[in-house]
Amino acid sequence: MDLLGRIADDLELGLNDDVRTLVRQAIDARLSASTILNDGLLAGMAVVGRRFKAHEIFLPDVLLAARAMHAGLELLEPFLASEDVRPRGTVILGTVAGDQHDIGKTLVGIMLRGAGYEVVDLGIDVDPETFVDAALEHRASIIGLSALLTTTMPAMGVVVRHVKERQLAGKIQTLVGGAPVTREFALEIGADAYAYDAASAVETVEALMDSRRC
Amino acid sequence: MLKRLMSGDRLVGDGAWGSLLMARGLPPGACPDAMNLQRPEVLEEIAAEYLEAGADLLTTNTFGGSPLALERYGLESRVEEINRRGAEIIAGVTGGRALVSASVGPSGRILKPYGDTDPGVVGDGFRRQVAALAEGGADVICIETMTDLEEACLAVDAARLEAPGLPVMASMTFEAIPRGFFTVMGVSVEAAVVGLCDRGADIIGTNCGNGIDLMVSIAEELARHSSVPVLVQSNAGLPVADADGVVYPEGPEFFSDRITALLQLGVAVIGGCCGTTFDHVRVIRRQVDRWIDERPTV
Repeated sequence: MDLLGRIADDLELGLNDDVRTLVRQAIDARLSASTILNDGLLAGMAVVGRRFKAHEIFLPDVLLAARAMHAGLELLEPFLASEDVRPRGTVILGTVAGDQHDIGKTLVGIMLRGAGYEVVDLGIDVDPETFVDAALEHRASIIGLSALLTTTMPAMGVVVRHVKERQLAGKIQTLVGGAPVTREFALEIGADAYAYDAASAVETVEALMDSRRC
Repeated sequence: MLKRLMSGDRLVGDGAWGSLLMARGLPPGACPDAMNLQRPEVLEEIAAEYLEAGADLLTTNTFGGSPLALERYGLESRVEEINRRGAEIIAGVTGGRALVSASVGPSGRILKPYGDTDPGVVGDGFRRQVAALAEGGADVICIETMTDLEEACLAVDAARLEAPGLPVMASMTFEAIPRGFFTVMGVSVEAAVVGLCDRGADIIGTNCGNGIDLMVSIAEELARHSSVPVLVQSNAGLPVADADGVVYPEGPEFFSDRITALLQLGVAVIGGCCGTTFDHVRVIRRQVDRWIDERPTV
């Protein structure tokens, strides 16, 4: 099998030492950093995302694959910079109000980083101004909002409104998710997108980013 | 407690706490467990009402009382106070009429190699929490809402070490996927039963994550694999959005027949989780009492 296919396969298995070795070989073989990233690391991660969504694998497998992704990416980064390959985009993430269950949002962050996005995770209990300030500071075009408590869901609407009040609608898009959140609720509060789970969040972010390029 | 369960007795747990704390003034973003220090009268009021509804077990407000969970609020130095007070408050209400079920929830961290947290740190944290709960008057340690078997086992170890005289319940949260029930970390029901029993849990079970119909299916699987008593604490369904916010769809009477189904499966401890109310506990009490009355004596 070719080098890139082996990188993708080993990444799927979470073999970070092997991924590191193969990425170094690929660099030495003068493959471009963007090819190694797209056809090796990201190709492997895409399979991991699909299999996770299909319940064929579980969170620990995703976490190990993401770790392997980082191992490879670390080596590639200087080359990506010199090829002027920029990250696929930046996403701000946070839970809108105090919530003990922040694993969902953390998982979305892991999956997005795995898919090659920059992620700024603001943690839990984040107020609307902080979300928008962070988006401006990091030049992020998407804010991902999480809520697990029924009582904190309305705070998502407050963030969406705040984006509009600061005349940033369109420039900054909002993506909402979390166990009690539904597509209907997302529409009602005027969010730009809704994701059912972490794997769909990645697809949704990709769709939002694509729609901006057109 | 274990003797009672082994001889065929059934115990009734309580219901949800978090939503009741919010309805009584816990601000969004505040640490629920800190209410033990700031507003003990609120906890006393809720516990008294669950006791009145017929609960045999009253849960302490210490779900997020491990140092790693409290660290998110900068309260890790107050682990001992928060947990000891949590148990003392409930013990003050039960006055021996119910058992103080000392809640130990997940650390909120992911253990190495999958995450960045050293299992030793998590285990030491649970030991601090359990020691304080025991000192405060816990009757049983209730490890709940776990999704990682290793973390659940670390909590069982902590309970065994720091509260050697107390029974240990260990409960995990499963979700239904096409090929069966698994935790989000990929632990099957059978693996959970085997792992937790091997580690020395006295009662094993499931809580949260599902409405009661799926909990009956999970209980069936738990009962098939377990040689120790089984615990089930069901949500009142999964939350759905409505005009005023969000509601849990399964009312107390919806629980009624399903409680009997759980009793028939041999489930020993039945209570509620998210979305359940005092009225759910009343229905559980009623069904358990009926079942005990109608059961042929052996």
